[in-house]
Amino acid sequence: MRALTWHGTKDVRVETVPDPKIVNPRDAIIEVTSTAICGSDLHLFDGVIPGMEQGDILGHEFMGRVVEVGSGSSLKKGQRVVVPFTISCGGCFFCTSGLYSACDNSNPVEKQDASEAAFGHAMSGIFGYSHLTGGYSGGQAEYVRVPFSDVGPIVVPDDLPDDQVLFLSDILPTGWMAAENAGIAPGDTVAVWGCGPVGLFAVQSALLMGAGQVIAIDHHPRRLELAESLGAKVINYRESHVAEALLEMTGGIGPDAVIDAVGMESHGLAPDRLLDRAKQAVGIGVDGIHALRSAIHACRKGGRVSVPGVYGGFADSFPTGAVMQKGLTLRTGQTHVQRYMPSLLHRIAEGEIDTTFLISHRLPLEEAVQGYQSFRDDQNSWTKVVLKTPASGWIG
Amino acid sequence: MAGRNRAGWVILGGGVAALAVLAYVNAGRPRGKRDSAPGHAARRWRWGGYAVEAYTVTIARPRSELYAFWRRFQNLPQVMENVDTITEEGDTTRWTIRAPMGQTVEVATRIVTDRPDEVIAWSAVEGSQIDTSGKVMFADAPGGRGTQVTAIIAWDPPFGRLGQLVAKASARAPAMQARHELKRLKMLMETGEIATSARRPAE
Repeated sequence: MRALTWHGTKDVRVETVPDPKIVNPRDAIIEVTSTAICGSDLHLFDGVIPGMEQGDILGHEFMGRVVEVGSGSSLKKGQRVVVPFTISCGGCFFCTSGLYSACDNSNPVEKQDASEAAFGHAMSGIFGYSHLTGGYSGGQAEYVRVPFSDVGPIVVPDDLPDDQVLFLSDILPTGWMAAENAGIAPGDTVAVWGCGPVGLFAVQSALLMGAGQVIAIDHHPRRLELAESLGAKVINYRESHVAEALLEMTGGIGPDAVIDAVGMESHGLAPDRLLDRAKQAVGIGVDGIHALRSAIHACRKGGRVSVPGVYGGFADSFPTGAVMQKGLTLRTGQTHVQRYMPSLLHRIAEGEIDTTFLISHRLPLEEAVQGYQSFRDDQNSWTKVVLKTPASGWIG
Repeated sequence: MAGRNRAGWVILGGGVAALAVLAYVNAGRPRGKRDSAPGHAARRWRWGGYAVEAYTVTIARPRSELYAFWRRFQNLPQVMENVDTITEEGDTTRWTIRAPMGQTVEVATRIVTDRPDEVIAWSAVEGSQIDTSGKVMFADAPGGRGTQVTAIIAWDPPFGRLGQLVAKASARAPAMQARHELKRLKMLMETGEIATSARRPAE
């Protein structure tokens, strides 16, 4: 089969690799029709996530048809499914508590040692990501082996096209959980740092949850336009002072909840960001937390800080003082995708949520490398890239 | 000048007083009295002549099921990657275990304690290549979370501390083995399979 493989920093290739097969009883093999490039794939592309190996197949946002099932799978051949990026067994304490991304049993035993050393505990397996999360082959390929296929994939009706449901795999539930973690009460002001896909879906979700106003912060005009079209107010940090604007737009109180939808490769104009970046450049595992610092600083007293942005290392100058003195609540985590898929699919089917506004480019899988490059270098107009395989029947 | 001298005496006096307080506080603690941590979490690396390694895992299954699985020793190679074969002859169990640098080690053990659903303990018999003993304990986990399974292995590392370090470096150390094995046991019992990111079955 053809697949997008990782070979090093800024080196990904579309290659022919052996097809996957059923390994464990609960596996299924999915023939991929659509798969997206995620902002967190760019962290891999940029080489800032540890634990990658040459030849790893990337991609954790994908959907397709079931072509083969193991004896323990509940799926049937021919079913159309969206696959969550987190791999979860459904039976451990964490899965039964709804904390699917904390699954004890999906990250292979020998891969857990490094996470335990770095984080204290190992998290669930994730498709197409670091070997800290299992080193599972991902979905930017023609076929994928999907473990625990009786727990993860959700069957979608044939009348909903791929582009409407694909984002159930990651970014829509991630935006939704980010808003849920912000603990929004009716009338609240919610400020969202970053108008990438997760930030935009967090904007959409926060408004659905009853926020009085949502303020989105970015510097790409096209992305700010999208946020506005969803009903947000926007701040371009190249045009305005963010902290001052937020205070003025909230009557001097500050936002009730702040969402960092930026993560470890935070941009910005402040000196702290340059220091973080310099340390990243020499490879000492430092997370750039400029956006998070700025969000914590702006958040009102007793407010909530929600962090869907991806971090993987350590942070310098984390504002412990502001968190403690203002009594902030910090909530974060990899998304418990399985928890949100059914209700979000229902909202899509009912027409309450549309996700297709995000897609700026569709490319054949063969052109995935160009997709990575452009998504990274032209973030203003490349808001989301969906890759189509030959099996999708898509002809451009 | 006199002021500085007085300050010096005050500091010295303070130091002596602090030492006295420390000594008093320590005297209040009988030597060797342990905290609540399990013995195998101690900082020391040997107990008598033995290295002791242990690990606990919570498995969402009843005690009886886990005890029954473990008690049938032929089941264990499913979760013990370093165990090549297990054979039983009467009350003696023979284990062929992979060791560092491509070696194998033969260990013959005999059960010394066997309380159903609670504990199985074993000890190496005369003529084993490694002097080892161990036990696995099963206890109800709080909050209805299933069973806490603790494996404790005591062994006399060949070549002492050096042998222990070599074993550790090659992932053949009992501590790492025990951790991996108990996690595989948990996977098998909770999900019916052992997770792997292999794209295809081993050929």
